[in-house]
Amino acid sequence: MASWPLLSFTTFLPLAGVALILLFCRGNTPDVVRNVRYVALWTTVITFVLSLFIWFNFDPRNPGYQLVEKASWIPEFGISYHMGVDGISMLFVILSTFLVPLCILSSWEAVQNRVKEYMIAFLVLETLMVGMFCALDFVLFYMFFEGVLIPMFLIIGVWGGQRRVYAAFKFFLYTLLGSVLMLLAILAMYFVAGTTDIPTITATHFPRQMQLWLWLAFFASFAVKVPMWPVHTWLPDAHVEAPTAGSVILAGVLLKMGGYGFLRFNIPILPEATEYFAPLIYTLSIVAVIYTSLVALAQEDMKKLIAYSSVAHMGFVTIGMFALNQQGIEGSIFTMLSHGIVSGALFLCVGVVYDRLHTREIARYGGLVKNMPKYAVVFLFMTMASVGLPGTSGFVGEFLVLLGAFRDNTWVAFLAATGMVLGAAYALWLYRRIVYGKLTKPDVRAMFDLSPREVAIFLPLIAVVLWMGVYPTSFLSITSASVGQVIQTYQTKLAAAHGGETGDVSVAAR
Amino acid sequence: MTAVFPDIWPALPEIFLACAGMALLMIGVFRGDGFTRPIGYMTMVALLLGAILTMGYGTGRVVTFNGLFVMDAFGVFMKVLILVAAALSVMLSLSFNEREKMARFEFPVLMLFATLGMLMMVSANDLISLYVGLETQSLALYVIAAFRRDSAKSSEAGLKYFVLGALSSGMLLYGASLVYGFAGTTAFDKIAALFAGGAHPSAGVIIGLVFVTAGLAFKISAVPFHMWTPDVYEGAPTPVTAFFAAAPKVAAIALFTRLLIEPFGHLVHSWQQIIIVSSILSMALGSFAAITQTNIKRLMAYSSIGHVGYALVGLASGSQEGVRGVLIYMAVYIVMNIGTFAVILCMKQQGRMLEEIKDLSGLSRTNPLLAGAMAVFMFSMAGIPPMAGFFSKLYVFLAAIQAQLYTLAVIGVLTSVVGAYYYLRIVKIMYFDEPVEAFDKIGDDGMTGIVVATGLFTLLFFVVPAPILNYAAAAAASLFAG
Repeated sequence: MASWPLLSFTTFLPLAGVALILLFCRGNTPDVVRNVRYVALWTTVITFVLSLFIWFNFDPRNPGYQLVEKASWIPEFGISYHMGVDGISMLFVILSTFLVPLCILSSWEAVQNRVKEYMIAFLVLETLMVGMFCALDFVLFYMFFEGVLIPMFLIIGVWGGQRRVYAAFKFFLYTLLGSVLMLLAILAMYFVAGTTDIPTITATHFPRQMQLWLWLAFFASFAVKVPMWPVHTWLPDAHVEAPTAGSVILAGVLLKMGGYGFLRFNIPILPEATEYFAPLIYTLSIVAVIYTSLVALAQEDMKKLIAYSSVAHMGFVTIGMFALNQQGIEGSIFTMLSHGIVSGALFLCVGVVYDRLHTREIARYGGLVKNMPKYAVVFLFMTMASVGLPGTSGFVGEFLVLLGAFRDNTWVAFLAATGMVLGAAYALWLYRRIVYGKLTKPDVRAMFDLSPREVAIFLPLIAVVLWMGVYPTSFLSITSASVGQVIQTYQTKLAAAHGGETGDVSVAAR
Repeated sequence: MTAVFPDIWPALPEIFLACAGMALLMIGVFRGDGFTRPIGYMTMVALLLGAILTMGYGTGRVVTFNGLFVMDAFGVFMKVLILVAAALSVMLSLSFNEREKMARFEFPVLMLFATLGMLMMVSANDLISLYVGLETQSLALYVIAAFRRDSAKSSEAGLKYFVLGALSSGMLLYGASLVYGFAGTTAFDKIAALFAGGAHPSAGVIIGLVFVTAGLAFKISAVPFHMWTPDVYEGAPTPVTAFFAAAPKVAAIALFTRLLIEPFGHLVHSWQQIIIVSSILSMALGSFAAITQTNIKRLMAYSSIGHVGYALVGLASGSQEGVRGVLIYMAVYIVMNIGTFAVILCMKQQGRMLEEIKDLSGLSRTNPLLAGAMAVFMFSMAGIPPMAGFFSKLYVFLAAIQAQLYTLAVIGVLTSVVGAYYYLRIVKIMYFDEPVEAFDKIGDDGMTGIVVATGLFTLLFFVVPAPILNYAAAAAASLFAG
C-alpha cells in the first residue's frame, strides 16, 4: 500500500468524480440531478476513506516528510512534482477530506439551482485544497494555493446571497493581492537556492536583509488568508454571502492555509525575520482577539458573528505559533483543526435555520429550544466547543496556546485570555437569543427539527469534537515530532545567525 | 564582392509563401469572389505548410543574402507561432466574411502577404531588411483593417492605422538613418561588433536607437504609443482584430527583441530604462483603462496593451532568461487571444454580431461550453494558476527578479491584480448574471474546434509544460549565441 502514490490518488480522485459528472450526467432532469449529487457524495466519501490510509501509513515518530512522491515536471528549472506529508500537514489533509462530504450532504436540498456546476466546483476545490497541503514544491504549492480562488469565487458568486458579487470580488482580489507578492518572494528564493523544492529551500540560509523582505511578502499573503486584523475585512463579507457549504470550507480549511503557510515557510525558512517580526504578529493577533470579539458582540447577523469569531480564533492560532515553543505551536495546530470542525459545524447550524426561514438576522429567531430540541442540543454543544469548554476540542487548543504564550510573554497570555472571556460572552449570547426566550413568532414556531440527513451531518462532527477534547493525544502525537523539528530548525538557524553577528562572518556569509 | 548565389534554404518558408501568395492571387483573379472559401482553405494549407517547412529548418544559425537575412532557433520559434496564429485567423474569418458580405478573395491572400512580411521581420538581420519586412506587413494590414468598405468604422480604423502606422514607420526610418549615419553600417552584426569592445556610443546612435524603439513601440502598441489600438481594434472587422492582436504583435515583439539584443545588446543600459518605463506604463494603462470599457473588442485592445507590458518586463531584463520569458509569454498569449476572439465571433443573435460585454450575460446557462472556455481564457489572462497565463507571467517575473528589477516586478504583479478585476468582471457577467437572449447556434465552421482546442491548451498547459519551455529556452539561447 505504501508504495502506491497515495497522496496523488487522494488529491486527484475528486477530479475523477468531475469527469464522471461531465461524461455521464447530461441534461437537467431530476434524475440526472440526483445522480450528480450521489456521484459527488460517493467520490468525496471514497476520497475520505482513501485519506484515512494516509493516516494509517503515517509514522508519527518520523519528523520528516512521508509518503513522498517525486516526479520531474519542469526539470530545467528545478521544478518538480513533489508531494509528501509530515505531522503538520497530514491532519489538515484529513480535515479537508472530512469536511467536503459533509458539505455535499448539507447542500443536498439547500442547493437546487445549477447542481451540476456546484458539485463540480466543490470537487475541484477539494483537489486543490488537498494538493496544497501535500505540495512540497513552491510552484506546485502556489498553483494549488491560488487555484483555490477560482472555484471559491464561483461558489460565492453563483450560489451566494444578496451581495454575492461584491463579496466574491472582494474575496478574490484581496487574497490575490497578497498572493502575488508571495510569488515574487518565491522567485527570489529560487535564485538563492537554485530550486523551488521546499525541503531544499528550508535547508538554505538567506541573508538577513533579504529575509526581512521575503518574510513581509509571505506575510502579505498569509495574513490576508488567516485573516489577521486589519486585513480581515473580506472574511465577514465572504462568509455572509457564501452558501452554507462554502462558509464551512472557507472557515474550515481555507483560513488554515494561512496558518499552515506561516508554520511551513515563515518560521523555518526565515527564522531571523520571524524573530524580528514576532512582536508585530503578537500585537496584531491580540488586537484581533479582543477587537473582533467585541465586534462580534455587536453583530445582528448570525453568520457575520461567527465570521468575526473566526478572526478571533485565528488570532489565538497566530499567537501560539509565534510563541515558537512546543506547546504554542502544537496548540495552534490543534486550535486550527478544532476551529475547522467547530466553526464549520456552527455555520452548518446557521444553515439549518437559514434553510427553514431564509434569514440570518438573529432577532428573527428565538425560543427554538421548544420546537427544535435536537437542534438546540447540537447548537449548544458546538457553542460550548467554540467557547472552549473542557472536554471539547476547543479547550485543548486554547489551553496549549495560552501555555505556550505564557512561557514566552506573560502579558500576551493575559491579553489573549481576556479574549476567551469575550468569546464566551458573544457565543453564549448568540445562543441565548436564538434558542432561548419566548417562542412567539408564528413562522419560527412552524420550523421543524433536524431531519435524519442533518443529524447524519452533525453526528460525525460531534464525535470528532469529543474525541479531540477527551483524548487529544491521538492528534498531538502526530504533530509533536514535526513541530519539534520546526522549532529545532528555527533555533539552530537563529543560533548560527547570532553567532555570525558576534564576529564569525563565515556563517552569515554562507 | 562577387555575386554569389545566396543560400536560399534558410528562407525556404518565405519563398514558398511568396510563390503561394502569388499563385492564389492569380487563382482568385480568374475564379472571382465565388471562389473565396477554397482560396481561404488553400491559404491555411499554405500557412501550415510554411510552418512545417520552418520546423524542418533545424537549429543552427545561418546568415544569408549578404547578411540581410538570418535564421536561427529564435526565428523558428517565432515564425511557427506567427504562421499558426495566421492560419487560425484565416479560419476565423471565413464564415464571418461570408455572413457580413465582405467575402472577397483578396482577404486571405492579403493575410498571407502580411504573414510573409512578418516572417521577414523575424529574420531581419539588417536595418534595410527590417524595414522592408515591416512595410510588407503593414501595407497588407492597412488594407484588411479597412476591408469592410461600406462601414464607416472600418474605414476609419484603416485610415487611422495607416496614418499612425506611416508616422511610426517614418520615425523608425529616421532612427535607422541616424544609426547608419553615426555607426556607418546597417548590418546588425557590424553594429554589434562596434560596441562589443565596450566603445562608448555617440549621442547620434543613442538618439537613433530611441527613434527606432519608438517606432517599434507603435507596432507593438506599448504605451505611450498605444493610442491607435483601441480604435483600430474596435473598428476593424472582428477576425481582423483577432489577427492584429496575435500575429503582427508576435512579429513586432520578435523584431524588437532581436534588434535590442543582437545589434544593441551591448547598449543594454541605454535602452533598458526606456523599456522599463514603457512596460510599467503599458501594464498600468492596460489594467486601469480596461475597467470602464463596455465594448469587448475595446476591452481586448486594452488587455493586449497590458500584455505587451508584461512581455516587455522580460525584455527589460535584457537577459537570456528574459527573452525566454518573452517567448513563452507570446506563445501562451496568442493561444489565449485566438481563443477569446473565437468566442467573441460566436457572439451573435439572429445573425447579428454582438460586441457589448453585457451581451455575455448568463452565457453559462445558455452555452456552458462557450462560457467555460471564455472563463478559462479570462482566468488565464489574469494569470491565475493553473492556467497557462500563470506560467507565462511566472517566467517574465522570474527574469525581472533575476535582473534585480524589483520595482518593476512588484508594479507588474500589482497591476496584474487590477487587471484581474476586469477579467473577473467578464466571468461574473457570464456566470453570476441572469441570461438574456441566447446566442445563435455555432455554425459548423470549425469555431467550436478552435475554442475547444485553445481552451484545452490553456487549461492543461501545466500538465506537460516542459516541451514549450524547452523550445523557448533553446530559442532564447540562440539569440545570445550569435
